[in-house]
Amino acid sequence: MVRRILEQAYLWLLLLLLYAPIFIIVIFSFTESKVLGNWTGFSLKLYGSIFQTGAHHSLVNACINTVAIALIAAAVATLLGSFAAIGIFHLKGGRRKAVEFVNTIPILNGDIITGISLFLLFVSLGVTQGFTTVVLAHIAFCTPYVVLCVLPRLKQMNPNLYEAALDLGATPWQALRKVILPEIRPGMVTGFLLSLTLSVDDFAVTVFTIGNQGLETLSTYIYADARKGGLTPELRPLSAIIFVVILVLLIIMNRRAGQLKKN
Amino acid sequence: MIQSDHKPIIEIKNVSKCFGEKTALEDINLSVKKGEFVTILGPSGCGKTTLLRLIAGFHNASSGEIRIDGEDVTDTPPYKRPVNTVFQKYALFPHLNVYDNIAFGLKLKKLPKPEMEKKVKAALKMVGMTDYEYRDVDSLSGGQQQRVAIARAIVNEPEVLLLDEPLAALDLKMRKDMQMELKEMHKRLGITFVYVTHDQEEALTLSDTIVVMSEGKVQQIGTPTDIYNEPVNSFVADFIGESNILNGTMVEDCQVICCGHQFECVDKGFGRNVPVDVVIRPEDVYIFPVSEAAQLTGVVQSCIFKGVHYEMVVLCGRYEIMVQDYHAFEVGSEVGLLVKPFDIHIMQKERTCNTFEGRLKDATHVEFLGCVFECLPVEGAVADMPVQVEVDFDRVQLQDDAEDGMLTGEVKFILYKGDHYHLTVWSDWDENVFVDTNDVWDDGDQVGITLPKEAIRVIK
Amino acid sequence: MNRLSLFLSARKNWVLPYVIFSLVFVVLPLLLIVVYAFTDDAGHLTLANFGKFFDHPEAVNTFIYSIGIAIITTIGCIVLGYPAAWILSRSRSSYAQTLILLFILPMWVNVLIRTLATVALFDFCQLPLGEGALIFGMIYNFIPFMIFPIYNTLQKMDRSYIEAAEDLGANSVQVFWKVILPLSMPGVVSGIMMVFMPTVSTFAIAELLTMNNIKLFGTTMQENINNSMWNYGAALSLIMLFLIAATSLFGSDGKESEKGGGLW
Repeated sequence: MVRRILEQAYLWLLLLLLYAPIFIIVIFSFTESKVLGNWTGFSLKLYGSIFQTGAHHSLVNACINTVAIALIAAAVATLLGSFAAIGIFHLKGGRRKAVEFVNTIPILNGDIITGISLFLLFVSLGVTQGFTTVVLAHIAFCTPYVVLCVLPRLKQMNPNLYEAALDLGATPWQALRKVILPEIRPGMVTGFLLSLTLSVDDFAVTVFTIGNQGLETLSTYIYADARKGGLTPELRPLSAIIFVVILVLLIIMNRRAGQLKKN
Repeated sequence: MIQSDHKPIIEIKNVSKCFGEKTALEDINLSVKKGEFVTILGPSGCGKTTLLRLIAGFHNASSGEIRIDGEDVTDTPPYKRPVNTVFQKYALFPHLNVYDNIAFGLKLKKLPKPEMEKKVKAALKMVGMTDYEYRDVDSLSGGQQQRVAIARAIVNEPEVLLLDEPLAALDLKMRKDMQMELKEMHKRLGITFVYVTHDQEEALTLSDTIVVMSEGKVQQIGTPTDIYNEPVNSFVADFIGESNILNGTMVEDCQVICCGHQFECVDKGFGRNVPVDVVIRPEDVYIFPVSEAAQLTGVVQSCIFKGVHYEMVVLCGRYEIMVQDYHAFEVGSEVGLLVKPFDIHIMQKERTCNTFEGRLKDATHVEFLGCVFECLPVEGAVADMPVQVEVDFDRVQLQDDAEDGMLTGEVKFILYKGDHYHLTVWSDWDENVFVDTNDVWDDGDQVGITLPKEAIRVIK
Repeated sequence: MNRLSLFLSARKNWVLPYVIFSLVFVVLPLLLIVVYAFTDDAGHLTLANFGKFFDHPEAVNTFIYSIGIAIITTIGCIVLGYPAAWILSRSRSSYAQTLILLFILPMWVNVLIRTLATVALFDFCQLPLGEGALIFGMIYNFIPFMIFPIYNTLQKMDRSYIEAAEDLGANSVQVFWKVILPLSMPGVVSGIMMVFMPTVSTFAIAELLTMNNIKLFGTTMQENINNSMWNYGAALSLIMLFLIAATSLFGSDGKESEKGGGLW
């Protein structure tokens, strides 16, 4: 019994440590102070100012860019990766090994190498870097994760399902839509969510592929900001809002998953 | 056979085991003698593996006592018990090679290296796996892994070796070979083997003693010959070997009526005109062209070649009788059958009708099995009077659709009685209802149970 | 149209779009790193870029220092993460799932904001920024990637191995050291890969956590690229790639990787 309490205490202490910085941000989003860690009384002014049009235009813009890039990149990566996974699953021998190896490169590389290598690619091709290049770069490092999420679902699938569908008169497309797709959907959803997370969280790849045309994402905005000497106060309420929205989304998803299991 | 004057090595007294609400074992009593080869036999889910795991120490008994070598081990953790287990799927440690797997227990005992090496080598030799020491366990075939698992257990020189369906994962040929080797190994080691299996043939081949289990209870304990020839109830008779189980009436000592014919038999002491179960093994029935010697005559319904013998079903009147013989008789031909007196086994019927504890609601309603049933008027009825209710097997009606019955249940055990099926149905009220029917049901079917009011006999 | 559907009906062909994409956006860029690393501004073959690295004690020191920090971070993650994974693997699965979600949740807040928040936390507790803050920040960022793979292998582990060890005379401490830990090594190895690789090449996080006092190799790489010293930057990237390749070989050593203790 004592052991159980100690074990649980350890887990929650670890979680507390992980959440401490986030709590600090949330707490200090309710004060006006310019410097994080300096409490100058309760205020909602920072929350007000992010919703004022014009006042922090560039921050809101960076936020929109981040979400747009993440959505496009995750959607494309999910599509590309799912098709690739089906293809890989039906490849054999050396070819399969080769494709699987190439698939692991962006995962193992570390984002800085991916960033620099793509930077060199775009420079060598003489492409002007901007929104498109960032999206392409994000697709490049997200797709391998989608493949890794979908492949295990295919491996678990009964190998005769597809043949059974064809045998019962389905065309290959119908068999794909009605048999394979439902089987791999959970993997695709996980892959999509993972891609979203990676894309939103990314800094290293973005900074090398964003160019100097004035485009900014949340990461580059904060980085530039921090180098100038600290967090723009409005980032605190923004982070707090993002955190709460995601928390609520996750709770809803978890509830629904729980209910589905019960049914 | 091992001499029986040795003191018991394992004693199990009144042991029960529950998992939450579910009772897995109920009041088990078992005593195993030193050096014996004991097999616990039963269908899946009968509690045989649970019993083995209680002896090994992976589960703790809910009540009762377990002694090994005279010492109470009921609450002893597995690593302090003088027993070792061969697991069903071997459970060989994948991160260790063959040598280190076998030496695992010896290393924990901190045995000096040379001695350890000697013992591991000896164990490998015992299972015929010399020269495999440094092989990866994943590179071995199923049979080889099995041998390593046995070596890993016996190298610790346990008092008792527990084997949990060790041959279940092997193919038929391999299984036969391993059976012989296990028997040989048992003789050479001289230690006690407790062996769990659902394969009755394996049990008959290997054991000194067989413990037949069903539904968490011991049904019969005895030598293979006893169990085969003198099954104590219809479950054991049906589970061990093929058999014809028929309803009969004991007219007097050594005389039984069955299938409309009075047979001579060797059983006594049942009384006069008592309903009994009659067991006749198919290989004990003589089959020949119709002649004066025939006790029964019938028509061959089917004939299947079984490798060595033919298995035929003969319809005598309304009774189907299974016969095994080296000669085939054509389907449709008329044949005579004969059974010798000592091949007829008589078993006391466990019950002749369903009996339930109930209470009267009023003169025409009685409550039992958790429901209120209409019944024929009862004289002198008093509300809430406790009564006994009897229902004949063949008066119980079963419905396909569980919703249609007064209560629902699950078909658990089916016995073919020559001209009808005898079913055990586990009702939602957690009481068995026994049914005689001509309809075909399957194990595990969900059924509705209806008891017509004429069928219900109320006894005050 | 007919030929297209024939082409698509062989499902292995579905991999082609991805293969083409990968050739352009993964393989070709890596080849470009090699090309840039071995040439000078004018495009002539040269080894000067590597010479420059090995002649600069500062750069070499940064490289070694980065490896050191990554090793300490990885060890810290194992020491703190293994017990957590162990406890989770023994909890009821719905409870464990919820807690794991809680461990992932901070990942959704932008990495730089999290890092700045860590800075704020250190300020708030009046702790000095520097090496300590750097290691704390790194462990904080990467510990979930250690916990998941270990949790996965522990959770999938067949209970009969533990029972077999107990049966052969091992008490609970011996069961852990002789069976559970060795059998969970695939999980630990994937955890090491997922923590060591990214930490060794991080930048930005280090600058923020140490007020630009400590420089990691990633920062050196970025500075060179930013200052248009592409060839030298590419050479540094190649050195980093070499380190990564060496680490992955350690990770996929023998049969461990096939048994899979991966994140999935």
